[in-house]
Amino acid sequence: MLLLLPQVLVTVVFFFYPAGQAIWQSLFISDPFGLKSQFVGLGNFEYLLADRFYRASFATTAIFSGLTTVVSMGVALYLAVLADRLIKGSGVYRTLLIWPYAVAPAVAGVLWLFMFNGRVGIVTWYLGLMGYDWNHVLNDGEAMGLVVVASSWGRISYNFLFFLAGLQAIPKSVIEAAAIDGAQFWTRFRTIIFPLLSPVTFFLLVVNIVYAFFETFGVIHTITSGGPQQATTILVYKVFSDGFVGQDLGSSAAQSVILLVIVGALTIVQFKFIERRVHY
Amino acid sequence: MPRANESGMVRKRGVGYWLTHLGLIIGVLFIFFPIWLAFVASTVSQQEIVRPPMPLWPGDQFIENYTAALFSGVNVPVAKMLLNSLIMALGIALGKIVISLLSAFAIVYFNFPGRRFFFWMIFLTLMLPVEVRIVPTFQVIANFGMLNSYSGLIFPLIASATATFLFRQYFMTVPDELAEAARVDGARPMQFFWHILLPMSRTNIAALFVILFIYGWNQYLWPLLITTDPEMNTIVMGIRQMFPSGDDVADWPVIMATSILAMIPPIIVVISMQKLFIRGLVDSEK
Repeated sequence: MLLLLPQVLVTVVFFFYPAGQAIWQSLFISDPFGLKSQFVGLGNFEYLLADRFYRASFATTAIFSGLTTVVSMGVALYLAVLADRLIKGSGVYRTLLIWPYAVAPAVAGVLWLFMFNGRVGIVTWYLGLMGYDWNHVLNDGEAMGLVVVASSWGRISYNFLFFLAGLQAIPKSVIEAAAIDGAQFWTRFRTIIFPLLSPVTFFLLVVNIVYAFFETFGVIHTITSGGPQQATTILVYKVFSDGFVGQDLGSSAAQSVILLVIVGALTIVQFKFIERRVHY
Repeated sequence: MPRANESGMVRKRGVGYWLTHLGLIIGVLFIFFPIWLAFVASTVSQQEIVRPPMPLWPGDQFIENYTAALFSGVNVPVAKMLLNSLIMALGIALGKIVISLLSAFAIVYFNFPGRRFFFWMIFLTLMLPVEVRIVPTFQVIANFGMLNSYSGLIFPLIASATATFLFRQYFMTVPDELAEAARVDGARPMQFFWHILLPMSRTNIAALFVILFIYGWNQYLWPLLITTDPEMNTIVMGIRQMFPSGDDVADWPVIMATSILAMIPPIIVVISMQKLFIRGLVDSEK
């Protein structure tokens, strides 16, 4: 029982207390200096849900995290399957591919920003030569594309590592048995490998969605700062910009609460649902 | 990984073999290009960058740019930011491993009232990163007077369950017979923990250390909020502060040198602990 104490203590002080505070504050409107606050009940929530920008932010988050998850997991699975086919050399590729795992989202953002910068970016320059005028500062779609690519890029190695580990953990006898039975590669992949990978895939799915929801803040803050207009303002970014830049604490707290509920529900549903369907 | 016993039944050499390599090489190039470009940019002069296209091969300004970044920086010397990042990352990694080893041990091996409650309470934090509760957590830290301090940087980020969850999963795969055998031999629970469970979890701990060190090193939003004093900036968040506001041209060579410096420590950790790290991962998947 005592063993739990450190974790419980840290969790309560730095997690549950702030979460409770968020719920409490979400019921008030306070002035920017925090001098006085007024109880408004669910007013902040009503206001938020009626807010066009807030609803747009929902859609943005869905598109952004969907795309990021699919792109990074897709590329990673493709590379992992390729690397797993090699008898020799998969270790070399693995070493070469895990580097970006160590690169912070914010740094990844800076790297991609540098390539696509309007004034000095090399990709922008070559695109210009081909007659394409890249400007993610003004163009919504381009801004979204850039943050998705930058976020996925850093994530590929993480997913690759897990997929490759998962692939290599599959007993080779099973696959060879299928090969003897005449199953071609694609059939083997679909009927044996992919189902056996499902615990890994499930794990990665959850982790990647959470990543896209939260940890990409650095990418977005460095590349677009949520712009142009609000085109790349995901929910977490909005909590930050309303709370710290806009100093609208009530609204920011209400947004935190909504996020808490969404993510909590998502997690529980996912675990309950998928735990039954994944092959172990 | 010994894979010599694989027969040719599944793998054939031929076009497919070379296509496999080609596919991987393209992947590697795509992954590497941004890092390469940053490295090149950190070795050339500002003039070469502001007249696109920039060169694709390193220039001769390596020492100048890195010296400028490390010892003067833009707001604060990058060397100072590196130290801050190191303290924060180590604090988070070690702190989290210790508290979650203990609580996973308690949850798996002890039956006490409210065990499920505590598990779910800790588990709930798994999916709710600090980003969600930034404003209230910020206020808590401010009330404790922990703004611009290392403990302010570290503690809120320890309050999550990823590690507890992983250790729990791992402990559950440890055969019950071991615990029983230890009990029959008269070992008290803590002895079992120290002498059996802990050594058995070595690879998991190492793997987790890598993950957590990088997690801590790469934090962005939290340091951005609570370190108003540039002296306490971590390197990852400090980069963004180096961009000028308004229309001035950024000092790209120094910024890129800083980016490279920000990547090096976590890359060293990942590459040097790669074997251990991946073994730990594979073990925990079984």
